[in-house]
Amino acid sequence: METPILEMRQITKEFPGVRALDNVTFSVKRGEIHCLVGENGAGKSTLMKVLSGVYPYGTYSGEILIDGQPQRFSGIADSERAGIGIIYQELALVPEMTVYENIFLGHEINRNGLIDWNETIHRADAMLRKVRLTVNPATKVRDLGVGKQQLVEIAKVLSRNVKILILDEPTAALNEDDSENLLNLLRELRDHGVTCILISHKLKEVLSIADTVTVLRDGKTVCTLDAHKGEVSEQALIRNMVGREITNIYPPRSHRPGADPMLALRNWTVYAPELGRYILRDVNIEVRRGEIVGLAGLMGAGRTELALSMFGNAPGYRISGELWLKGKQRWFRHPQEAIAAGMAYVSEDRKAKGLVLIQDVRQNITLANLRALARNGIIDRNAEIQVAEEYRRSLNIKTPTIEQQVVNLSGGNQQKVCLGKWLFVRPDVLILDEPTRGIDVGAKYEIYQLMNRLVEDGMSILMISSELPEVLGMSDRVYVVSGGRIKGELPIEVASQEKIMELAVDY
Amino acid sequence: MATQAMFLKNLQRTLGQNIRQYGMFIALFVIMIIFSITTNGIFISSRNLSNLINQTGYIAVLAVGMTLVIVIRHIDLSVGFLAGFLGAVAAIALRFWDLPTIVVVPMVLVMGGLAGLLTALPVAELKIPSFVASLAGWLIYRGALQLVTAGTGTIIIEDETFNAIGNGFIPDLPVTLIPGYHTLTLLLGAIAIGAFIFSEIRSRNKKLAYNFEVLPADMFALKLIFISTLIGLLAWIMAGYNGLSWTMVIVLVVVAIYHFITTQTVLGRHIYAVGGNPEAAELSGISVKRITYIVFASMGMLAALSGILFASRLRSATTTAGTLFELDAIAAAYIGGVSAAGGVGNVIGSIIGALVYVSLTSGMNLMGIDIAYQYIVRGLVLVAAVIFDVTTRRRGRAG
Ligand SMILES: Nc1ncnc2c1ncn2[C@@H]1O[C@H](COP(=O)(O)OP(=O)(O)OP(=O)(O)O)[C@@H](O)[C@H]1O
Ligand SMILES: [Mg+2]
Repeated sequence: METPILEMRQITKEFPGVRALDNVTFSVKRGEIHCLVGENGAGKSTLMKVLSGVYPYGTYSGEILIDGQPQRFSGIADSERAGIGIIYQELALVPEMTVYENIFLGHEINRNGLIDWNETIHRADAMLRKVRLTVNPATKVRDLGVGKQQLVEIAKVLSRNVKILILDEPTAALNEDDSENLLNLLRELRDHGVTCILISHKLKEVLSIADTVTVLRDGKTVCTLDAHKGEVSEQALIRNMVGREITNIYPPRSHRPGADPMLALRNWTVYAPELGRYILRDVNIEVRRGEIVGLAGLMGAGRTELALSMFGNAPGYRISGELWLKGKQRWFRHPQEAIAAGMAYVSEDRKAKGLVLIQDVRQNITLANLRALARNGIIDRNAEIQVAEEYRRSLNIKTPTIEQQVVNLSGGNQQKVCLGKWLFVRPDVLILDEPTRGIDVGAKYEIYQLMNRLVEDGMSILMISSELPEVLGMSDRVYVVSGGRIKGELPIEVASQEKIMELAVDY
Repeated sequence: MATQAMFLKNLQRTLGQNIRQYGMFIALFVIMIIFSITTNGIFISSRNLSNLINQTGYIAVLAVGMTLVIVIRHIDLSVGFLAGFLGAVAAIALRFWDLPTIVVVPMVLVMGGLAGLLTALPVAELKIPSFVASLAGWLIYRGALQLVTAGTGTIIIEDETFNAIGNGFIPDLPVTLIPGYHTLTLLLGAIAIGAFIFSEIRSRNKKLAYNFEVLPADMFALKLIFISTLIGLLAWIMAGYNGLSWTMVIVLVVVAIYHFITTQTVLGRHIYAVGGNPEAAELSGISVKRITYIVFASMGMLAALSGILFASRLRSATTTAGTLFELDAIAAAYIGGVSAAGGVGNVIGSIIGALVYVSLTSGMNLMGIDIAYQYIVRGLVLVAAVIFDVTTRRRGRAG
């Protein structure tokens, strides 16, 4: 048998109070696409950080072999030299710089310290062709969509002669088209001899692209499955990931929504003077009691802006139209007022807008509703601890203690903390913006069940989602947004992926 | 034997985990010991320490306010000359308007609060960097200070009530416990120790009831003994001179209030959340603007207090009062562990930082070290403290 290009043997990595990796063995064959899957907090990202030298030799135990040679990385620079390129889930580009500057950032093509710009642009162009991105290399990264930024990131890594390309949830923030694009690119790279390791929670993706799949659970390797021997199926993956069968990802709901509208917008129009254009125009929507309404559309269609403008967070925008909440016309100048009136908004960007990363789980969960825990402005610490423990239990947040800083939690568990924070506000209308981004199948199922329970108790949910199966699986009714307008309203009985896409791309 | 090994292991672990918290205390301790040796014990004398603490007062209150300003990712450079200017206003009010201290002090404090709001205005409303907004204040208050003292030069304050704030001591009880020692100070020290032990035990028991991690019993006892000894020692030293000074009482009250607000209240939590992630705080229903106004107003008020303490200590208002106070306060806050990245830092740390800073000055003065070297040493200590802070923090995170 050929020596694997990469072998990780008996890797164990501990953090205070957590054993993130426990004797993990991981082996990757040359020129394959190897998917790494597992629940939130299973240790996938940690394993890749060990591999790429973020956690240097000596902070973990075990062995890393590349082409059969033992490696001891003391930093990312070492692993780069050994041919490892990693793309983290959070993009690491400088928005204010051009595409070519970003591609060669840190590895500038220079002679005696002077940058050769012509050569830089020339090579950047070649890299961009390689990733099939047709943009002018002089474009600022800020002006590109996430999908294209992701490709620039790949071009950047490829420019360093990588043998092993690692991608940590690259498609989590991409729409279907961009994701498909990216997967095709990976296939092409594989055919040119680049070995890829891909972490993803989107099982469809894994099924379509993986040559081999390794499943981690609780920091241990559960199994390695070979797609070419037919070992990889959705059921097999789920069973190994969560340790039980989930037959229907979208739990059935017997409950019927009520008729009285909880939230309604009339001719809601948002104008951005700085951009000189309308962000939203004549939006009319309605969410009834006990109803889950899906807001489908492409990225950039204006759905997040719609949520934020309702929620009182629209700095510098000019808004006209009416907002009706629970039968009263309202107008929120600040999220504080929206929250007090019974609204909650779970942001799509948990790191930038959802969490205070340096604070702990307890402080984050109670942040939006501290007053409920205080008398005369003084926080009842014990009540606070109880609340935090309660949400940790009910949402199954994986953390050693509620005193853990959320920056140390895995991505999916951070998302659960965000959810917990907004559930503790006990809203009547809950706006979820990409609620299951980066969440594993098991936890997704739990969140869907939770949503069902919430609407049964009379809450109304407006769910923004770019994942069409999720929109179709969970909504009672769907609005499709495109170019800042509502392009159509579809009762769930007639909605289909094709119909939604048709409306979504219609400007 | 086994228990002894256990004890050492616990000690090592506890120190290791809390090195950042205890680091400052240890540094202060070391500095004091060094100066005690180099000055043949003069440094540690009751008289010198009492003076030292009174000198720390006007920097300490500024450092407390500055801590919160830095926690919300801002800076306030205007506070030094604001303190100087408001000190002069106080002097004028006492001397020329014949107002009593009881009126002047609240009046000046309110003016300080208003000045803070004014600094916050462009910062909160227009997102002007606070560095610039407060630099403008620095210039304006410097000019204002020169204006109000232009005609008179140094304004001597003759009001003894006012002067007692910076120079006086609390009265003693008519009984004597130990000859030569201030009885009330000793009693207050004893009460403080009792209250401290009581509250620590209560909070530990509460945590135990919730099955939370607490210090092992031997470490807990060690902590109680250590801090009680410290309080006791402090009271003993103060009682050996004239007792507790009014400045010290004021600083203790300020620290107690701010410590309480930052650790126990909704307002405190909101301040730290705004510092940690302003966008997330805003979306969680916290008005970042409101917090900005509150923090700057508190800073202004503490600047006024600093000005009062300083003017009272000198028994006069001078044309250069407040020069460089802001930088001393910023240095104290950083020595005490606040982070410019926002959301991190506490008032106790900053007070210790201020003590370290003033101890250095006082100790080196006693040793007769040239002022030029003094600046260099202070600079080195500042850098060392921040490096220590950053590296221990990183270690804490990487595990
Ligand atoms: N710096 C850290 N300090 C403490 N604990 C950590 C740290 N980094 C990760 N962990 C813990 O290690 C475990 C594994 O985390 P990791 O990020 O590898 O999970 P993951 O499989 O990538 O999950 P997700 O799918 O949610 O991204 C989690 O329990 C997490 O809380
Ligand atoms: Mg991860």
